Amino acid sequence: MIARWAVASLFFACVIGLWQLAVNAQIWSPLLLPSPASVFTYLWSAVEDATLWEAILVTVRRLLIGYGLGILIGLPLGLLTASFKWSQDTIGVLALGLQTLPSVCWVPLALLWFGQTEAAMLFVVVMGTLWSLIIATDTGVRTIPPIYSRAARSMGSSGFHTWTHVILPAALPFLLSGMKQGWAFAWRSLMAAEIYVTILTGFGLGHLLHYGRELNAMDQVIGVMLVIVMIGLAVDKTLFAPVERFLHRRWGTARG
Amino acid sequence: MQSVVPSPGTNPTKLVLEHVSKWFRTSSLHVQALDDVTLRIAEGEFVCLVGPSGCGKSTLLNLIAGLDRPDGGTVQADSQTIRGPGPHRLMMFQEAALFPWLTVLGNVLFGLKLVHGLNASERREKAEYFLELVGLKRFMHSNVHELSGGMRQRVALARSLAPNPSVLLMDEPFGALDALTREQLYGDIQRIWSQHRKTIVFVTHNVREAVCLGDRVILFSPNPGRIREEFSIPLPRPRDINSVDLARYSTEITRVLKGYVQSEVVE
Repeated sequence: MIARWAVASLFFACVIGLWQLAVNAQIWSPLLLPSPASVFTYLWSAVEDATLWEAILVTVRRLLIGYGLGILIGLPLGLLTASFKWSQDTIGVLALGLQTLPSVCWVPLALLWFGQTEAAMLFVVVMGTLWSLIIATDTGVRTIPPIYSRAARSMGSSGFHTWTHVILPAALPFLLSGMKQGWAFAWRSLMAAEIYVTILTGFGLGHLLHYGRELNAMDQVIGVMLVIVMIGLAVDKTLFAPVERFLHRRWGTARG
Repeated sequence: MQSVVPSPGTNPTKLVLEHVSKWFRTSSLHVQALDDVTLRIAEGEFVCLVGPSGCGKSTLLNLIAGLDRPDGGTVQADSQTIRGPGPHRLMMFQEAALFPWLTVLGNVLFGLKLVHGLNASERREKAEYFLELVGLKRFMHSNVHELSGGMRQRVALARSLAPNPSVLLMDEPFGALDALTREQLYGDIQRIWSQHRKTIVFVTHNVREAVCLGDRVILFSPNPGRIREEFSIPLPRPRDINSVDLARYSTEITRVLKGYVQSEVVE
């Protein structure tokens, strides 16, 4: 474990070292390639005057609410399409089609419908999450060996109990990969929306990035990008990794 | 040793199947899985259903379990028509039907949680008792994938026994195991059966296995699935699958079975 940490730290130290070397070589103007130190100085000042925290808060709140809504709607719909032919032919086909639509494409529609408001942001995140989650849930439930529910029925399980105690846990590996994909889509679409559009109800990380470009402040651009990467990593490590570890242990699957 | 007499002994009748027929219809196929099957099974009896694949013996088990309905005839348990699955008739499958998201203990508790009137500590006690009975108590916190095939079937057996069903339905439960593991399980199942006296309906295509375990061996022929002959096996227990007496019975039954299968092919 310590060795792995050491390797990772060394690797990132080297990346920063190379970056510093490139800056020292003065091939590019410092306006285009700021030094690591200036980026960290920006980040420090943004932390001190609280702009960074506020932006993170606004963005993460949008993301969590939108993502949560997406799961709340997508999970039951996925179960529905897996259970009935009519819903598979209607909602299932709709989900399959809309899943191929890059979620950024929802931004213009969301702005016309909701204006420059939180609702527009949430709508984009929900649309990013929803369709891939429906597809993943549907696939997961269909792939469950029928013997599980037969065994459960033989023991007296039926209806709702079978769904919550057999179908959902059996589909868990698929649900998780669907939720991860939904998360990635939601994160991308929210960033795109925040960069394109100034929302009057709160300035997120995307706006900070956007203003960095407007002001030609490359240290801010790179600094905010770093923060966005860190949030993505943190969510993966804290939200998904523990569930994945549980799955590996229980199912005995050797992934990753 | 051939016998047409239904159930031996004086025990009351547990299961009654009368003129049962079952069809399977798909878009391209119309198959009669069971044709006019009549069978009585006494309480505490160990009955083995033997026949080539496709003779409807698993279908019959599903009907008794209540997982499926007959197209004709009636299936009764304790003089009541079977209308659905129930905790009194539990099914044990050939494939690993254990739930991989639960531990060994969690699997055994699954059925117990569906039994009314048990509190948590009683459930736990029962689960541990039956895991002890199949010799796997020290693996109760293991994950399913960590067990060997034989151990998994033992857990499946404990899971089926724990809710205290009066009828145990076993669908080729040892089919996927190696010979040595199977022999151990023949010993286990006879020991458990003599202690707990369940009515057991056991499906297999292995004649020797059937003779080793059953009070009666019932021979099925396929297309459509019909009962062709019954054999009582009056050998003392516990039986050893390698004994000479047992081999005599299984040779005789195998000979009869081959006759049916070949005549089917000629027809």
